[in-house]
Amino acid sequence: MSYTTIGTIVRGDREVFPPYLYEAYQSTRHRAPTLPLIDVPLTLSELTGPGPAISAVTAEDADLTRNAGTGGEAIGQRIIVTGRVLDDRGIPVPNALLEVWQANAAGRYLHKRDQWPGPLDPHFLGMGRCLTNEDGIYRFLTVRPGAYPWKNHPNAWRPAHIHFSVFGPSILSRLVTQMYFPDDPLLQLDPILNAVPTEVARTRLIATYDHDVTEEEWALGYRWDMVVRGPYATPFESKEGEQ
Amino acid sequence: MINRHLQTPSQTVGPFFTPALLREDACRNVLTQTETIGEHIRIEGRVLDGDGIPISDAMVEIWQANAHGRYNHPMDQGTASLDPSFLGFGRSGTESDGAYWFETIKPGPVPFDKERMQAPHICVIVFSRGLLNHLMTRLYFADEPANAEDPVLLCVPDDRRATLLAQCQQGGTTLVYRFDIILQGTNETVFFNL
Repeated sequence: MSYTTIGTIVRGDREVFPPYLYEAYQSTRHRAPTLPLIDVPLTLSELTGPGPAISAVTAEDADLTRNAGTGGEAIGQRIIVTGRVLDDRGIPVPNALLEVWQANAAGRYLHKRDQWPGPLDPHFLGMGRCLTNEDGIYRFLTVRPGAYPWKNHPNAWRPAHIHFSVFGPSILSRLVTQMYFPDDPLLQLDPILNAVPTEVARTRLIATYDHDVTEEEWALGYRWDMVVRGPYATPFESKEGEQ
Repeated sequence: MINRHLQTPSQTVGPFFTPALLREDACRNVLTQTETIGEHIRIEGRVLDGDGIPISDAMVEIWQANAHGRYNHPMDQGTASLDPSFLGFGRSGTESDGAYWFETIKPGPVPFDKERMQAPHICVIVFSRGLLNHLMTRLYFADEPANAEDPVLLCVPDDRRATLLAQCQQGGTTLVYRFDIILQGTNETVFFNL
């Protein structure tokens, strides 16, 4: 792997990130920029960001099974999703704001543009947020989302996933991504996941079942760590896959 | 040397983010309070695809310095004052006509290096269905003489620089700067390799 460097700054992992144009994912065709991205020096503007300040908002609701406020509980397999947010030096990112959204257990979003005939769950909004703690650890309680159909190609189904939005220490560490579940046969058919160019990078989007996270008589546990760009960067020797 | 950890890949924000990311207390179209120091402005624009069709399911985030040219962030160790009434972060969805908007202040100049300053600018991040990675660009102010010396703007080919210049629209009580974001094709906005 090679990185573009300017001064002491290392650019992002282009081998990890999907291309803008990925024909199999049809929506990219009219939205992907066609001209080259312009190389620019990193300045104070990019090395700062809202992360530290907006993390001051209250982490009000990391329990998606009850945060609809109806007094009822969401239907579905109750799961705990936990992990750490690290920067690319392996240092935990504390007080990072995570915002998540997902379909319900039947694979239906509470959204006017989701009109397939999967049932809605009145006790499930499918959104939550929390802050990482001092060790960079986050934790959500939710229900396992269902797969759902989309119109990208004939008989297209998205594998079960949870969307994550992450604010790290600078705007360079801003990340929006999706977490998938292990052993899902739909993963290999999904153009959005498969737009990620390497197997090792795709694996980073798949959570691990962790029996130590599973709570007896309560919920199954999944572990998923995220790595965002650090607050600054210095030249590194990359050892792919090592973590 | 430090072993660098592989970053988590980006995935599209998809079409269903609005209830989570644009909920009432997560949407930040208005960055200012009455007492916020600086020239209060409104930024308006549309997000368009390669066919010129408005993108109604995009999200635009902005990050900027305050009127003194100071970022509300620990890495900014400059001597310019913080403004307790200004954070500098905005988030807007887009409407059916692709429109987004912010009420903010014109940022002051921030340093580039020990000698040079940057022209006033706002960092812009665009997310939408069909964008597997978000896009990063900058909004500059077309009527700002300092643009001519801005070290970042000078990295942009001459014939594409205009895509980063927000045009001032006269009339009304608030100064409006117009900044359309064109993802693809004719007059495609310059995006940065960040």
